Amino acid sequence: MSILIDERTPVIVQGMTGDKGTFHAREMIEYGTNVVGGVTPGKGGGRHLDRPLFNTVKEAVKETGAEASITFVAPAFCADAIMECADAGIRLVCSITDGIPAQDMMRVKRYLMRYPRDRRTMMVGPNCAGIISPGKSMLGIMPGHIYLQGKVGVISRSGTLGYEAAAQMKEHGIGISTSVGIGGDPINGSSFLDHLALFEEDPETDAVLMIGEIGGPQEAEASAWIKDNMAKPVVGFVAGLTAPKGRRMGHAGAIISAAGDSAAEKAEIMKANGLTVAPNPSEFGTTVAEVLGA
Amino acid sequence: MDVHEYQAKELLGSFGVPVPKGAVAFSPDQAVYAATELGGWSWAVKAQIHAGARGKAGGIKICKTYHEVREAAQELLGKRLVTNQTGPEGKPVQRVYVEAAEPFEKELYLGYVLDRKAERIRVIASQEGGMEIEELAKTNPDAILQVIVEPAVGLQSFQARELAFQLGLTIKQAQSCVSTIVNAYRAFRDCDAQMLEINPLVVTKDDRVLALDAKMSFDDNALFRRHGVSDMYDPSQQDPREAQAAEHNLNYIGLDGDIGCIVNGAGLAMATMDMIKHAGGEPANFLDVGGGASPDRIETAMKLVVSDANVKAILVNIFAGINRCDWVAKGVVQACGNLDIKVPLVVRLAGTNVEDGRKILEESGLKLITADTLSEAAEKAVQACQGKLQAA
Repeated sequence: MSILIDERTPVIVQGMTGDKGTFHAREMIEYGTNVVGGVTPGKGGGRHLDRPLFNTVKEAVKETGAEASITFVAPAFCADAIMECADAGIRLVCSITDGIPAQDMMRVKRYLMRYPRDRRTMMVGPNCAGIISPGKSMLGIMPGHIYLQGKVGVISRSGTLGYEAAAQMKEHGIGISTSVGIGGDPINGSSFLDHLALFEEDPETDAVLMIGEIGGPQEAEASAWIKDNMAKPVVGFVAGLTAPKGRRMGHAGAIISAAGDSAAEKAEIMKANGLTVAPNPSEFGTTVAEVLGA
Repeated sequence: MDVHEYQAKELLGSFGVPVPKGAVAFSPDQAVYAATELGGWSWAVKAQIHAGARGKAGGIKICKTYHEVREAAQELLGKRLVTNQTGPEGKPVQRVYVEAAEPFEKELYLGYVLDRKAERIRVIASQEGGMEIEELAKTNPDAILQVIVEPAVGLQSFQARELAFQLGLTIKQAQSCVSTIVNAYRAFRDCDAQMLEINPLVVTKDDRVLALDAKMSFDDNALFRRHGVSDMYDPSQQDPREAQAAEHNLNYIGLDGDIGCIVNGAGLAMATMDMIKHAGGEPANFLDVGGGASPDRIETAMKLVVSDANVKAILVNIFAGINRCDWVAKGVVQACGNLDIKVPLVVRLAGTNVEDGRKILEESGLKLITADTLSEAAEKAVQACQGKLQAA
């Protein structure tokens, strides 16, 4: 199967009754995602988009057997919603929300660690486009039609740059097993490394494309891990070659503030660890094609 | 969000961090009055700007008389101070901080950051106060002491004690230092700070510690719950176009090049800039219009970009997910109608409703250069900027 989700994964939508929640829940259902219900505190017992609504995640899990959740919850309340998932035994929570305070995320990460590894929640995001296993299931806000089903795993900080990669790969007839957006915040639920490890184990993934950007140590850590642990080929890219030091480029985490944060340095580290680095963002498709052909 | 030194000190003081007596002044008269109120024989008049390295740039003046205080304030107020952290255009000085000078024996460094690797708050201390910590990390990394804070329980006294004794303080000095380290941590945590630097933290002759300078920045994402902090916002310290963009919820950062960029998504915006550079051009700005951009928002974005006199061509690059290409196209048409755009415009649309969007552009009769892919768009923008390509 793909990683994280497939057509059977039962999904709940937190904040399903809001504008954004409604719009994207409908898109996900149309794509084929197994949406089994929604959670909006105070609207439990009702129905929305022909699915049952619950007041709490715990109730939703008990009644529907939900394993994954996607949050369309306002930034001020999102950390709470994520911790609620962890406590209710949700295996995977994907947070689209942009604007969660960094110290809230720090506490969320700490909270997730209190559960033993075998029942610990994997968090994807926040501030991301979500997850898609093309042809199977979509837990996110991406335009599903640009993805072709196939055998390349994609991990990207940026949502739109992930779309760009998917479209270029489709041009070359290359499909995707799963595409994961890990989000542009300084502290995110899961890292490149977490998903690389899953792709390495996934029999339906032959190669991985990881798209990073300026700021933070994650791309370098992942590259070192790839060198020592990964047999499958990995194509890398780091956006922000022209970004000036000390300026936040849109994403809360996209800022060059320490040594090793710049795009050029990260790309060098990738190369040194044996990754094939796409020379520029219009060559995701060609570079992946070359790596698959070799 | 950054704040001024005096604001950081007021805030730290309210958490029990000892700071010198001081007062902010907006005019030379106020500065002199502040000095008389503070009393003493010697004052520091400090330019308040959102950047460091003020001392070397002449932004801090030590004064022995009221007359000197007046002259210092007169000289600093109203000018743009250029330091090695401001860029060549400098930052406007609209306020000075008048502080009672305190004699001290020793200068220390105390800093707090949100550490992305540890995903926790990191406390950094050193005996080498007054130096830039980045410099110290290169020249003498062993002189830097660090502890990581466990978020579930917060900074513990023993951790502060360990730092204080490693800083080589006497027992009396260490006592004052421990409470300062813990109180500054509380200020950092309770105000959702992102960075706090007390450099130097000085040890006075009577064994107290004192925050002689303070630099603080806050998590923009948490300002909604920190009204005391968000009230400290000073738009004069920001680039005017960036301040204007922020009012419209657009993310704009001015750069030195001549190709204006309008893109959706921070990652694609950075990649578009990279592609322009790759094609031989220089981007004039970073601009992310965000998700669900309405025609009005696109028009506002175009207005911002053309207000930069350096811009010789504009590249609109949209890969719509939550966005809609038809809305973007409408926005482009609307902007061309309402604004006097004299530079060539390259538009690349992809994703949601792309056919509708392209149709709107075609039927508008506007002289546009269109492109299907990212590389084509960047190449055409560079050619148009150099006058080698015109709209058909």
